[in-house]
Amino acid sequence: MKNKITTTELARRIRVDAIKMVNRGGSSHIGSVLSIADILAVLYGEVLQFDTKNPKWDKRDRFILSKGHAGAGVYAALAETGFFDVERLQEHCQNGSVFSGHVSHIGIPGVELSTGSLGHGLPVAAGLAYAGKLDKRGHKVFVVMSDGECDEGSNWEAALFAAHHNLDNLVSIIDRNYLQSMTTTENTLRLEPLDEKWKAFGWEVVTVDGHDHDELKEALQTGSHGRPKCIIAKTIKGKGVSYMENKVEWHYRTPLGKDFEIALKELEIIE
Amino acid sequence: MRSMFELAESDDNVILLTADLGFGVFEEFSEKFPQQFLNVGVSEQNTIGIASGLALEGRTIFIYSIGNFPTLRCLEHIRNDACYHNLNINIVASGGGFSYGALGMSHHATEDIAIIRALPGTSVLVPGTQEESRCATKLLGSTEGVGYLRLDKSTAQEMPDRVVKIGNAQRYREGDAVTLLCAGGILQEALDAADSLAKENIKCRVLSVFSVKPIDKNEIILACEETGGVITLEEHNVYGGLAGAVSEACMLSNIWPKKFLSMSLNDSYSSIVGSQGYLREYYKLDKNAIITNVKDLL
Repeated sequence: MKNKITTTELARRIRVDAIKMVNRGGSSHIGSVLSIADILAVLYGEVLQFDTKNPKWDKRDRFILSKGHAGAGVYAALAETGFFDVERLQEHCQNGSVFSGHVSHIGIPGVELSTGSLGHGLPVAAGLAYAGKLDKRGHKVFVVMSDGECDEGSNWEAALFAAHHNLDNLVSIIDRNYLQSMTTTENTLRLEPLDEKWKAFGWEVVTVDGHDHDELKEALQTGSHGRPKCIIAKTIKGKGVSYMENKVEWHYRTPLGKDFEIALKELEIIE
Repeated sequence: MRSMFELAESDDNVILLTADLGFGVFEEFSEKFPQQFLNVGVSEQNTIGIASGLALEGRTIFIYSIGNFPTLRCLEHIRNDACYHNLNINIVASGGGFSYGALGMSHHATEDIAIIRALPGTSVLVPGTQEESRCATKLLGSTEGVGYLRLDKSTAQEMPDRVVKIGNAQRYREGDAVTLLCAGGILQEALDAADSLAKENIKCRVLSVFSVKPIDKNEIILACEETGGVITLEEHNVYGGLAGAVSEACMLSNIWPKKFLSMSLNDSYSSIVGSQGYLREYYKLDKNAIITNVKDLL
Protein backbone atom coordinates (compact mmCIF):
# COMPACT_ATOMS: atom_id res chain seq x y z
CA MET A 1 0.00 0.00 0.00
CA LYS A 2 0.99 3.61 -0.39
CA ASN A 3 3.43 5.03 2.12
CA LYS A 4 2.05 7.87 4.17
CA ILE A 5 4.35 10.54 2.85
CA THR A 6 3.52 13.74 1.08
CA THR A 7 3.88 13.98 -2.66
CA THR A 8 6.57 16.61 -2.03
CA GLU A 9 8.58 14.10 -0.04
CA LEU A 10 7.91 11.39 -2.62
CA ALA A 11 9.17 13.67 -5.38
CA ARG A 12 12.30 14.43 -3.37
CA ARG A 13 12.93 10.74 -2.78
CA ILE A 14 12.44 9.95 -6.47
CA ARG A 15 15.02 12.60 -7.33
CA VAL A 16 17.52 11.37 -4.75
CA ASP A 17 17.03 7.71 -5.68
CA ALA A 18 17.41 8.48 -9.37
CA ILE A 19 20.59 10.49 -8.88
CA LYS A 20 22.09 7.64 -6.88
CA MET A 21 20.98 5.14 -9.50
CA VAL A 22 22.50 6.92 -12.47
CA ASN A 23 25.64 7.68 -10.47
CA ARG A 24 26.10 4.06 -9.50
CA GLY A 25 25.10 2.73 -12.90
CA GLY A 26 27.08 5.32 -14.86
CA SER A 27 23.96 5.93 -16.89
CA SER A 28 22.26 8.90 -18.52
CA HIS A 29 18.99 10.81 -18.73
CA ILE A 30 18.97 12.21 -15.20
CA GLY A 31 17.68 15.55 -16.53
CA SER A 32 14.67 13.76 -18.00
CA VAL A 33 13.94 12.00 -14.70
CA LEU A 34 14.16 15.19 -12.65
CA SER A 35 11.83 16.84 -15.14
CA ILE A 36 9.01 14.37 -14.37
CA ALA A 37 9.71 13.61 -10.71
CA ASP A 38 6.81 15.79 -9.56
CA ILE A 39 4.44 14.29 -12.12
CA LEU A 40 5.39 10.78 -10.98
CA ALA A 41 5.05 11.76 -7.32
CA VAL A 42 1.54 13.13 -7.78
CA LEU A 43 0.52 10.13 -9.87
CA TYR A 44 1.90 7.49 -7.51
CA GLY A 45 1.24 9.45 -4.34
CA GLU A 46 -2.29 10.72 -4.92
CA VAL A 47 -3.87 9.75 -8.21
CA LEU A 48 -3.20 6.21 -9.38
CA GLN A 49 -5.28 3.42 -7.90
CA PHE A 50 -3.12 0.36 -7.32
CA ASP A 51 -2.43 -2.45 -4.91
CA THR A 52 1.25 -3.12 -4.31
CA LYS A 53 0.38 -6.60 -3.01
CA ASN A 54 -1.48 -7.36 -6.22
CA PRO A 55 0.20 -5.41 -9.02
CA LYS A 56 -2.07 -7.02 -11.64
CA TRP A 57 -5.30 -6.09 -9.81
CA ASP A 58 -7.75 -5.73 -12.70
CA LYS A 59 -9.23 -2.43 -11.53
CA ARG A 60 -5.87 -0.71 -11.11
CA ASP A 61 -5.16 2.40 -13.11
CA ARG A 62 -2.67 1.68 -15.84
CA PHE A 63 0.44 3.82 -16.08
CA ILE A 64 2.84 3.88 -19.01
CA LEU A 65 6.06 5.82 -19.21
CA SER A 66 6.42 6.42 -22.91
CA LYS A 67 9.66 8.36 -22.46
CA GLY A 68 11.28 5.13 -21.29
CA HIS A 69 14.68 6.77 -20.86
CA ALA A 70 13.36 8.27 -17.62
CA GLY A 71 12.76 4.76 -16.29
CA ALA A 72 14.87 5.38 -13.19
CA GLY A 73 12.10 7.70 -12.01
CA VAL A 74 9.44 5.02 -12.36
CA TYR A 75 11.59 2.40 -10.63
CA ALA A 76 12.11 4.85 -7.79
CA ALA A 77 8.39 5.70 -7.57
CA LEU A 78 7.48 2.00 -7.52
CA ALA A 79 10.04 1.24 -4.82
CA GLU A 80 9.08 4.22 -2.68
CA THR A 81 5.40 3.32 -2.85
CA GLY A 82 6.05 -0.28 -1.83
CA PHE A 83 6.01 -2.41 -4.99
CA PHE A 84 9.47 -3.70 -4.08
CA ASP A 85 12.32 -2.98 -1.72
CA VAL A 86 14.08 0.36 -2.23
CA GLU A 87 17.38 -1.53 -1.87
CA ARG A 88 16.72 -3.15 -5.23
CA LEU A 89 17.24 0.22 -6.93
CA GLN A 90 20.96 -0.38 -6.44
CA GLU A 91 20.73 -2.99 -9.19
CA HIS A 92 19.93 -0.30 -11.77
CA CYS A 93 22.13 -0.70 -14.86
CA GLN A 94 24.37 -3.24 -13.12
CA ASN A 95 25.58 -6.37 -14.88
CA GLY A 96 22.90 -9.05 -14.79
CA SER A 97 20.18 -6.69 -13.55
CA VAL A 98 16.63 -6.49 -14.89
CA PHE A 99 16.56 -2.77 -14.05
CA SER A 100 17.54 -1.51 -17.50
CA GLY A 101 18.18 2.13 -18.25
CA HIS A 102 14.97 2.19 -20.26
CA VAL A 103 12.01 0.95 -18.31
CA SER A 104 11.35 -2.79 -18.53
CA HIS A 105 8.47 -4.85 -17.18
CA ILE A 106 10.05 -8.28 -16.87
CA GLY A 107 10.81 -9.09 -13.25
CA ILE A 108 9.74 -5.66 -11.98
CA PRO A 109 6.31 -5.53 -10.31
CA GLY A 110 4.23 -2.51 -11.23
CA VAL A 111 5.68 -1.79 -14.66
CA GLU A 112 2.93 -2.16 -17.27
CA LEU A 113 4.94 -1.70 -20.42
CA SER A 114 8.57 -1.76 -21.45
CA THR A 115 9.50 1.27 -23.46
CA GLY A 116 12.64 2.99 -24.65
CA SER A 117 11.90 3.71 -28.26
CA LEU A 118 9.75 6.81 -28.49
CA GLY A 119 6.26 6.85 -29.94
CA HIS A 120 5.18 3.51 -28.48
CA GLY A 121 3.49 4.48 -25.22
CA LEU A 122 0.48 6.39 -26.47
CA PRO A 123 -0.67 3.79 -29.04
CA VAL A 124 -0.48 1.02 -26.44
CA ALA A 125 -2.18 3.24 -23.85
CA ALA A 126 -4.97 3.90 -26.34
CA GLY A 127 -5.37 0.13 -26.75
CA LEU A 128 -5.52 -0.30 -22.97
CA ALA A 129 -8.10 2.47 -22.76
CA TYR A 130 -10.18 0.95 -25.56
CA ALA A 131 -10.11 -2.39 -23.72
CA GLY A 132 -11.06 -0.55 -20.53
CA LYS A 133 -14.16 0.76 -22.29
CA LEU A 134 -15.06 -2.70 -23.58
CA ASP A 135 -14.60 -4.17 -20.12
CA LYS A 136 -16.41 -1.31 -18.36
CA ARG A 137 -14.00 -1.56 -15.43
CA GLY A 138 -13.84 2.17 -14.82
CA HIS A 139 -10.09 2.44 -14.36
CA LYS A 140 -8.00 5.06 -16.12
CA VAL A 141 -4.93 4.89 -18.31
CA PHE A 142 -2.18 7.46 -17.83
CA VAL A 143 0.80 7.92 -20.09
CA VAL A 144 3.73 10.27 -19.62
CA MET A 145 5.31 11.43 -22.85
CA SER A 146 8.18 13.74 -23.60
CA ASP A 147 7.65 16.85 -25.68
CA GLY A 148 10.36 15.87 -28.13
CA GLU A 149 8.49 12.62 -28.55
CA CYS A 150 5.69 14.55 -30.23
CA ASP A 151 7.93 14.41 -33.33
CA GLU A 152 6.93 10.75 -33.68
CA GLY A 153 4.09 10.18 -36.13
CA SER A 154 2.75 7.15 -34.28
CA ASN A 155 1.61 9.45 -31.46
CA TRP A 156 -0.56 11.41 -33.84
CA GLU A 157 -2.04 8.20 -35.21
CA ALA A 158 -2.95 7.27 -31.65
CA ALA A 159 -4.22 10.79 -30.96
CA LEU A 160 -6.68 10.46 -33.86
CA PHE A 161 -7.76 7.04 -32.62
CA ALA A 162 -8.30 8.08 -29.01
CA ALA A 163 -10.40 11.10 -29.97
CA HIS A 164 -12.39 9.16 -32.56
CA HIS A 165 -13.32 6.58 -29.93
CA ASN A 166 -13.96 9.18 -27.21
CA LEU A 167 -11.48 7.56 -24.84
CA ASP A 168 -12.14 9.80 -21.86
CA ASN A 169 -10.42 7.20 -19.67
CA LEU A 170 -7.08 8.11 -21.28
CA VAL A 171 -4.84 10.88 -19.99
CA SER A 172 -1.54 11.82 -21.58
CA ILE A 173 0.83 14.04 -19.70
CA ILE A 174 3.40 15.79 -21.85
CA ASP A 175 6.63 16.68 -20.08
CA ARG A 176 6.97 20.10 -21.71
CA ASN A 177 10.54 21.07 -20.84
CA TYR A 178 11.30 22.42 -24.30
CA LEU A 179 14.54 20.47 -24.56
CA GLN A 180 15.19 17.38 -26.62
CA SER A 181 18.23 15.37 -27.56
CA MET A 182 20.32 18.06 -29.26
CA THR A 183 18.74 21.42 -28.59
CA THR A 184 15.33 22.97 -27.95
CA THR A 185 12.17 21.45 -29.32
CA GLU A 186 11.44 24.66 -31.18
CA ASN A 187 14.82 24.64 -32.90
CA THR A 188 14.46 20.97 -33.82
CA LEU A 189 10.94 20.56 -35.17
CA ARG A 190 8.65 23.35 -34.06
CA LEU A 191 5.87 22.04 -31.79
CA GLU A 192 4.13 25.28 -30.86
CA PRO A 193 1.29 25.90 -30.64
CA LEU A 194 1.30 22.44 -29.03
CA ASP A 195 -1.95 22.88 -27.12
CA GLU A 196 -3.77 23.91 -30.30
CA LYS A 197 -2.47 20.82 -32.07
CA TRP A 198 -3.89 18.48 -29.44
CA LYS A 199 -7.13 20.45 -29.35
CA ALA A 200 -7.39 20.18 -33.12
CA PHE A 201 -7.02 16.41 -32.76
CA GLY A 202 -10.09 16.41 -30.51
CA TRP A 203 -8.47 16.23 -27.09
CA GLU A 204 -9.31 18.12 -23.94
CA VAL A 205 -6.18 20.13 -23.24
CA VAL A 206 -4.99 21.77 -20.05
CA THR A 207 -1.68 23.41 -19.40
CA VAL A 208 -0.21 23.30 -15.90
CA ASP A 209 2.97 24.00 -14.00
CA GLY A 210 4.49 20.51 -14.03
CA HIS A 211 6.18 21.11 -10.69
CA ASP A 212 3.08 22.40 -8.89
CA HIS A 213 1.49 19.42 -7.18
CA ASP A 214 -1.90 21.04 -6.64
CA GLU A 215 -2.20 22.01 -10.28
CA LEU A 216 -1.09 18.58 -11.41
CA LYS A 217 -3.49 16.82 -9.07
CA GLU A 218 -6.43 18.87 -10.21
CA ALA A 219 -5.61 18.37 -13.88
CA LEU A 220 -5.15 14.64 -13.39
CA GLN A 221 -8.38 14.16 -11.48
CA THR A 222 -10.92 16.35 -13.23
CA GLY A 223 -13.07 15.11 -16.08
CA SER A 224 -12.52 15.74 -19.76
CA HIS A 225 -15.99 16.20 -21.30
CA GLY A 226 -16.03 12.77 -22.91
CA ARG A 227 -12.69 13.28 -24.61
CA PRO A 228 -9.19 11.99 -24.00
CA LYS A 229 -7.19 14.48 -22.00
CA CYS A 230 -3.78 15.94 -22.73
CA ILE A 231 -2.06 17.69 -19.85
CA ILE A 232 0.78 19.87 -21.03
CA ALA A 233 2.96 20.01 -17.93
CA LYS A 234 5.44 22.85 -18.18
CA THR A 235 8.61 21.59 -16.60
CA ILE A 236 12.26 22.33 -16.19
CA LYS A 237 14.60 19.64 -17.39
CA GLY A 238 16.95 18.80 -14.52
CA LYS A 239 14.59 20.38 -11.97
CA GLY A 240 15.95 20.39 -8.42
CA VAL A 241 19.66 20.32 -9.17
CA SER A 242 20.79 23.85 -10.00
CA TYR A 243 23.58 23.07 -12.41
CA MET A 244 21.42 20.61 -14.37
CA GLU A 245 18.39 22.83 -14.85
CA ASN A 246 17.65 23.64 -18.49
CA LYS A 247 20.97 22.12 -19.59
CA VAL A 248 20.68 19.74 -22.52
CA GLU A 249 23.95 17.99 -21.61
CA TRP A 250 22.29 16.42 -18.57
CA HIS A 251 20.31 14.32 -20.96
CA TYR A 252 23.56 12.37 -21.27
CA ARG A 253 26.00 13.09 -18.46
CA THR A 254 26.36 11.08 -15.28
CA PRO A 255 26.71 13.04 -12.05
CA LEU A 256 30.03 11.92 -10.57
CA GLY A 257 32.36 13.13 -7.79
CA LYS A 258 31.73 16.73 -6.88
CA ASP A 259 28.71 16.94 -9.16
CA PHE A 260 27.16 14.00 -7.37
CA GLU A 261 27.80 15.52 -3.95
CA ILE A 262 26.33 18.86 -4.94
CA ALA A 263 23.25 17.19 -6.36
CA LEU A 264 22.60 15.25 -3.17
CA LYS A 265 23.31 18.29 -1.03
CA GLU A 266 20.83 20.38 -2.97
CA LEU A 267 18.22 17.71 -2.41
CA GLU A 268 19.02 17.93 1.33
CA ILE A 269 20.16 14.50 2.23
CA ILE A 270 23.84 14.84 3.07
CA GLU A 271 23.66 16.99 6.22
CA MET B 1 -12.59 -15.79 -43.24
CA ARG B 2 -14.65 -18.84 -42.29
CA SER B 3 -12.10 -19.68 -39.59
CA MET B 4 -12.26 -16.10 -38.31
CA PHE B 5 -16.04 -16.37 -37.95
CA GLU B 6 -15.71 -19.65 -36.08
CA LEU B 7 -13.03 -18.25 -33.81
CA ALA B 8 -14.96 -15.07 -33.02
CA GLU B 9 -18.11 -17.06 -32.39
CA SER B 10 -16.45 -19.45 -29.98
CA ASP B 11 -14.41 -16.85 -28.08
CA ASP B 12 -15.54 -13.28 -27.53
CA ASN B 13 -11.99 -12.37 -26.50
CA VAL B 14 -10.99 -12.63 -30.14
CA ILE B 15 -10.77 -9.23 -31.83
CA LEU B 16 -10.07 -8.60 -35.48
CA LEU B 17 -8.25 -5.41 -36.36
CA THR B 18 -7.63 -3.98 -39.77
CA ALA B 19 -5.62 -0.97 -40.82
CA ASP B 20 -8.35 0.01 -43.28
CA LEU B 21 -7.96 -2.88 -45.69
CA GLY B 22 -10.38 -5.66 -46.53
CA PHE B 23 -13.18 -3.92 -48.41
CA GLY B 24 -15.84 -6.49 -49.22
CA VAL B 25 -14.30 -8.98 -46.80
CA PHE B 26 -15.10 -7.69 -43.34
CA GLU B 27 -18.57 -6.14 -43.64
CA GLU B 28 -20.38 -9.29 -42.60
CA PHE B 29 -17.93 -9.92 -39.78
CA SER B 30 -18.21 -6.41 -38.39
CA GLU B 31 -22.00 -6.58 -38.46
CA LYS B 32 -22.09 -9.93 -36.72
CA PHE B 33 -19.38 -9.14 -34.17
CA PRO B 34 -19.38 -5.36 -33.68
CA GLN B 35 -17.54 -5.64 -30.36
CA GLN B 36 -14.88 -7.83 -31.94
CA PHE B 37 -14.01 -5.77 -34.98
CA LEU B 38 -12.04 -2.58 -35.18
CA ASN B 39 -10.87 -0.64 -38.21
CA VAL B 40 -7.98 1.30 -36.75
CA GLY B 41 -7.50 3.42 -39.85
CA VAL B 42 -4.51 3.68 -42.16
CA SER B 43 -2.07 3.60 -39.29
CA GLU B 44 0.00 0.46 -38.95
CA GLN B 45 2.18 1.62 -36.07
CA ASN B 46 -0.87 2.57 -34.07
CA THR B 47 -2.56 -0.67 -35.06
CA ILE B 48 0.18 -2.68 -33.38
CA GLY B 49 0.00 -0.38 -30.36
CA ILE B 50 -3.78 -0.75 -30.06
CA ALA B 51 -3.44 -4.49 -30.58
CA SER B 52 -0.82 -4.65 -27.82
CA GLY B 53 -2.98 -2.67 -25.41
CA LEU B 54 -5.92 -4.97 -26.10
CA ALA B 55 -3.78 -8.09 -25.81
CA LEU B 56 -2.30 -6.88 -22.52
CA GLU B 57 -5.90 -6.86 -21.31
CA GLY B 58 -6.35 -10.48 -22.30
CA ARG B 59 -7.62 -10.27 -25.85
CA THR B 60 -6.54 -12.55 -28.68
CA ILE B 61 -5.80 -10.33 -31.62
CA PHE B 62 -5.82 -10.86 -35.35
CA ILE B 63 -4.59 -8.04 -37.54
CA TYR B 64 -5.34 -8.13 -41.21
CA SER B 65 -3.50 -6.14 -43.83
CA ILE B 66 -1.55 -6.46 -47.05
CA GLY B 67 1.99 -7.77 -47.39
CA ASN B 68 4.54 -5.34 -46.06
CA PHE B 69 2.20 -2.94 -44.31
CA PRO B 70 1.52 -4.85 -41.09
CA THR B 71 5.09 -6.14 -40.87
CA LEU B 72 7.85 -3.93 -42.21
CA ARG B 73 6.08 -0.61 -41.68
CA CYS B 74 5.62 -1.19 -37.98
CA LEU B 75 8.37 -3.68 -37.28
CA GLU B 76 9.73 -2.11 -34.13
CA HIS B 77 6.24 -1.87 -32.66
CA ILE B 78 5.85 -5.60 -33.29
CA ARG B 79 9.23 -6.23 -31.69
CA ASN B 80 8.98 -4.06 -28.59
CA ASP B 81 5.26 -3.99 -27.87
CA ALA B 82 3.97 -7.33 -29.11
CA CYS B 83 6.94 -9.74 -29.00
CA TYR B 84 8.74 -8.52 -25.88
CA HIS B 85 5.47 -8.65 -23.96
CA ASN B 86 4.71 -12.11 -25.38
CA LEU B 87 1.23 -11.09 -26.52
CA ASN B 88 -1.19 -13.22 -28.49
CA ILE B 89 -1.17 -11.02 -31.57
CA ASN B 90 -1.47 -12.63 -34.95
CA ILE B 91 -0.66 -10.75 -38.10
CA VAL B 92 -2.44 -12.00 -41.16
CA ALA B 93 -0.95 -10.61 -44.33
CA SER B 94 -2.55 -11.23 -47.65
CA GLY B 95 -0.41 -10.84 -50.72
CA GLY B 96 2.58 -13.03 -49.90
CA GLY B 97 5.36 -12.91 -52.49
CA PHE B 98 4.13 -11.80 -55.90
CA SER B 99 0.40 -12.17 -55.14
CA TYR B 100 -0.02 -8.50 -56.01
CA GLY B 101 2.55 -8.75 -58.77
CA ALA B 102 1.05 -6.08 -61.00
CA LEU B 103 0.85 -3.50 -58.22
CA GLY B 104 4.58 -2.98 -58.03
CA MET B 105 7.47 -3.26 -55.66
CA SER B 106 5.64 -1.68 -52.69
CA HIS B 107 3.20 -4.62 -52.78
CA HIS B 108 5.71 -7.41 -53.37
CA ALA B 109 6.20 -9.09 -49.99
CA THR B 110 9.57 -10.68 -50.49
CA GLU B 111 11.48 -10.12 -47.24
CA ASP B 112 8.68 -10.61 -44.72
CA ILE B 113 9.43 -14.21 -43.77
CA ALA B 114 13.04 -13.38 -42.95
CA ILE B 115 12.17 -10.33 -40.94
CA ILE B 116 9.38 -11.72 -38.81
CA ARG B 117 11.22 -15.01 -38.40
CA ALA B 118 14.13 -13.12 -36.86
CA LEU B 119 12.00 -11.83 -33.98
CA PRO B 120 12.27 -14.05 -30.90
CA GLY B 121 9.21 -16.08 -30.02
CA THR B 122 7.32 -15.66 -33.28
CA SER B 123 5.56 -18.36 -35.28
CA VAL B 124 5.67 -17.95 -39.06
CA LEU B 125 3.10 -19.86 -41.07
CA VAL B 126 3.16 -19.89 -44.87
CA PRO B 127 0.33 -22.09 -46.10
CA GLY B 128 0.55 -23.68 -49.50
CA THR B 129 -3.02 -24.95 -49.68
CA GLN B 130 -6.45 -23.68 -48.73
CA GLU B 131 -6.81 -26.29 -46.05
CA GLU B 132 -3.49 -25.22 -44.52
CA SER B 133 -4.67 -21.61 -44.56
CA ARG B 134 -7.91 -22.56 -42.88
CA CYS B 135 -6.12 -24.43 -40.11
CA ALA B 136 -3.54 -21.69 -39.62
CA THR B 137 -5.96 -19.12 -38.24
CA LYS B 138 -7.17 -21.43 -35.47
CA LEU B 139 -3.68 -22.65 -34.68
CA LEU B 140 -2.40 -19.12 -34.20
CA GLY B 141 -5.39 -18.14 -32.08
CA SER B 142 -4.52 -20.83 -29.58
CA THR B 143 -0.76 -20.26 -29.64
CA GLU B 144 0.88 -17.79 -27.30
CA GLY B 145 3.08 -15.08 -28.70
CA VAL B 146 3.18 -13.29 -31.99
CA GLY B 147 2.09 -15.20 -35.05
CA TYR B 148 2.56 -14.32 -38.67
CA LEU B 149 0.31 -15.83 -41.30
CA ARG B 150 1.44 -15.16 -44.84
CA LEU B 151 -1.41 -15.73 -47.21
CA ASP B 152 -0.98 -16.18 -50.90
CA LYS B 153 -3.37 -15.37 -53.69
CA SER B 154 -2.71 -18.73 -55.28
CA THR B 155 -3.01 -21.95 -53.34
CA ALA B 156 -2.41 -25.51 -54.36
CA GLN B 157 -5.43 -27.78 -54.58
CA GLU B 158 -4.31 -30.55 -52.28
CA MET B 159 -5.58 -32.00 -49.03
CA PRO B 160 -3.02 -32.75 -46.34
CA ASP B 161 -2.92 -36.30 -45.10
CA ARG B 162 -1.59 -35.56 -41.65
CA VAL B 163 -2.67 -33.12 -39.03
CA VAL B 164 -1.85 -29.53 -39.93
CA LYS B 165 -0.06 -28.11 -36.95
CA ILE B 166 2.58 -25.60 -36.09
CA GLY B 167 5.96 -27.25 -36.57
CA ASN B 168 4.75 -29.72 -39.19
CA ALA B 169 5.56 -29.69 -42.88
CA GLN B 170 3.13 -31.46 -45.18
CA ARG B 171 4.21 -34.05 -47.72
CA TYR B 172 2.21 -34.00 -50.94
CA ARG B 173 4.38 -36.21 -53.18
CA GLU B 174 6.65 -39.08 -52.29
CA GLY B 175 10.00 -39.68 -53.94
CA ASP B 176 13.73 -39.91 -53.35
CA ALA B 177 15.29 -38.17 -56.33
CA VAL B 178 15.13 -34.63 -54.95
CA THR B 179 13.07 -32.99 -52.22
CA LEU B 180 11.25 -29.82 -53.17
CA LEU B 181 10.58 -27.73 -50.05
CA CYS B 182 8.04 -25.00 -50.76
CA ALA B 183 6.76 -21.94 -48.94
CA GLY B 184 3.34 -20.73 -50.03
CA GLY B 185 1.11 -21.27 -53.02
CA ILE B 186 4.15 -21.75 -55.22
CA LEU B 187 3.76 -25.32 -53.99
CA GLN B 188 1.54 -25.84 -57.06
CA GLU B 189 4.51 -25.18 -59.37
CA ALA B 190 6.49 -27.82 -57.52
CA LEU B 191 3.63 -30.31 -57.68
CA ASP B 192 3.24 -29.73 -61.42
CA ALA B 193 6.98 -30.13 -61.92
CA ALA B 194 7.05 -33.29 -59.82
CA ASP B 195 4.14 -34.77 -61.76
CA SER B 196 5.90 -34.07 -65.07
CA LEU B 197 9.19 -35.47 -63.81
CA ALA B 198 7.43 -38.57 -62.54
CA LYS B 199 6.53 -39.38 -66.13
CA GLU B 200 10.27 -39.53 -66.82
CA ASN B 201 10.62 -41.71 -63.76
CA ILE B 202 12.23 -38.96 -61.69
CA LYS B 203 10.34 -39.06 -58.44
CA CYS B 204 10.53 -35.94 -56.32
CA ARG B 205 9.36 -35.57 -52.76
CA VAL B 206 7.32 -32.39 -52.41
CA LEU B 207 6.65 -30.70 -49.10
CA SER B 208 4.79 -27.61 -48.12
CA VAL B 209 6.79 -26.03 -45.33
CA PHE B 210 3.61 -24.67 -43.84
CA SER B 211 5.41 -23.78 -40.63
CA VAL B 212 8.61 -21.96 -41.52
CA LYS B 213 9.07 -21.19 -37.84
CA PRO B 214 9.21 -23.44 -35.95
CA ILE B 215 10.40 -25.57 -38.85
CA ASP B 216 9.93 -29.29 -39.21
CA LYS B 217 13.51 -30.43 -38.61
CA ASN B 218 12.56 -34.04 -38.83
CA GLU B 219 11.30 -33.74 -42.41
CA ILE B 220 14.39 -31.76 -43.37
CA ILE B 221 16.67 -34.39 -41.92
CA LEU B 222 14.76 -37.11 -43.76
CA ALA B 223 15.06 -35.11 -46.99
CA CYS B 224 18.81 -34.87 -46.49
CA GLU B 225 19.22 -38.53 -45.64
CA GLU B 226 16.77 -40.14 -48.00
CA THR B 227 16.79 -38.02 -51.15
CA GLY B 228 19.39 -36.93 -53.66
CA GLY B 229 19.23 -33.25 -52.81
CA VAL B 230 17.10 -30.43 -51.53
CA ILE B 231 15.64 -27.50 -53.45
CA THR B 232 13.87 -24.73 -51.60
CA LEU B 233 11.25 -22.76 -53.49
CA GLU B 234 9.78 -19.44 -52.39
CA GLU B 235 8.66 -16.05 -53.63
CA HIS B 236 11.07 -14.38 -51.27
CA ASN B 237 14.55 -13.01 -51.19
CA VAL B 238 17.31 -15.59 -51.03
CA TYR B 239 18.33 -14.40 -47.57
CA GLY B 240 16.52 -15.38 -44.43
CA GLY B 241 13.39 -16.97 -45.84
CA LEU B 242 12.77 -20.65 -46.43
CA ALA B 243 16.28 -21.21 -47.80
CA GLY B 244 17.73 -19.63 -44.70
CA ALA B 245 15.48 -21.55 -42.35
CA VAL B 246 16.29 -24.88 -44.02
CA SER B 247 20.02 -24.12 -44.11
CA GLU B 248 20.02 -23.27 -40.41
CA ALA B 249 18.04 -26.38 -39.55
CA CYS B 250 20.60 -28.52 -41.41
CA MET B 251 23.69 -26.88 -39.98
CA LEU B 252 22.34 -26.82 -36.45
CA SER B 253 21.53 -30.54 -36.75
CA ASN B 254 24.94 -31.31 -38.31
CA ILE B 255 23.21 -32.90 -41.25
CA TRP B 256 23.27 -31.54 -44.76
CA PRO B 257 21.71 -32.37 -48.08
CA LYS B 258 23.74 -34.14 -50.75
CA LYS B 259 23.05 -31.15 -52.96
CA PHE B 260 21.25 -27.88 -52.27
CA LEU B 261 19.69 -25.17 -54.36
CA SER B 262 17.66 -22.12 -53.35
CA MET B 263 15.07 -21.01 -55.88
CA SER B 264 14.28 -17.50 -54.73
CA LEU B 265 14.95 -13.88 -55.60
CA ASN B 266 18.60 -13.10 -56.03
CA ASP B 267 18.83 -10.28 -53.49
CA SER B 268 16.84 -7.91 -55.65
CA TYR B 269 13.57 -6.03 -55.89
CA SER B 270 11.33 -6.48 -58.86
CA SER B 271 10.81 -3.35 -60.89
CA ILE B 272 9.09 -5.57 -63.44
CA VAL B 273 5.39 -6.08 -62.80
CA GLY B 274 2.96 -8.72 -63.95
CA SER B 275 0.72 -11.50 -62.75
CA GLN B 276 1.99 -13.87 -60.09
CA GLY B 277 2.38 -16.54 -62.79
CA TYR B 278 4.27 -14.18 -65.08
CA LEU B 279 6.68 -13.13 -62.35
CA ARG B 280 7.33 -16.72 -61.33
CA GLU B 281 8.34 -17.41 -64.89
CA TYR B 282 10.36 -14.23 -65.16
CA TYR B 283 12.34 -15.03 -62.02
CA LYS B 284 12.63 -18.71 -62.91
CA LEU B 285 10.52 -19.96 -60.04
CA ASP B 286 7.98 -21.76 -62.20
CA LYS B 287 7.36 -25.37 -63.07
CA ASN B 288 9.76 -25.41 -66.04
CA ALA B 289 12.57 -23.85 -64.04
CA ILE B 290 12.04 -26.45 -61.32
CA ILE B 291 12.22 -29.30 -63.84
CA THR B 292 15.47 -27.91 -65.24
CA ASN B 293 16.95 -27.43 -61.78
CA VAL B 294 16.01 -30.92 -60.63
CA LYS B 295 17.67 -32.43 -63.69
CA ASP B 296 20.78 -30.29 -63.24
CA LEU B 297 21.01 -31.27 -59.61
CA LEU B 298 20.81 -34.99 -60.29
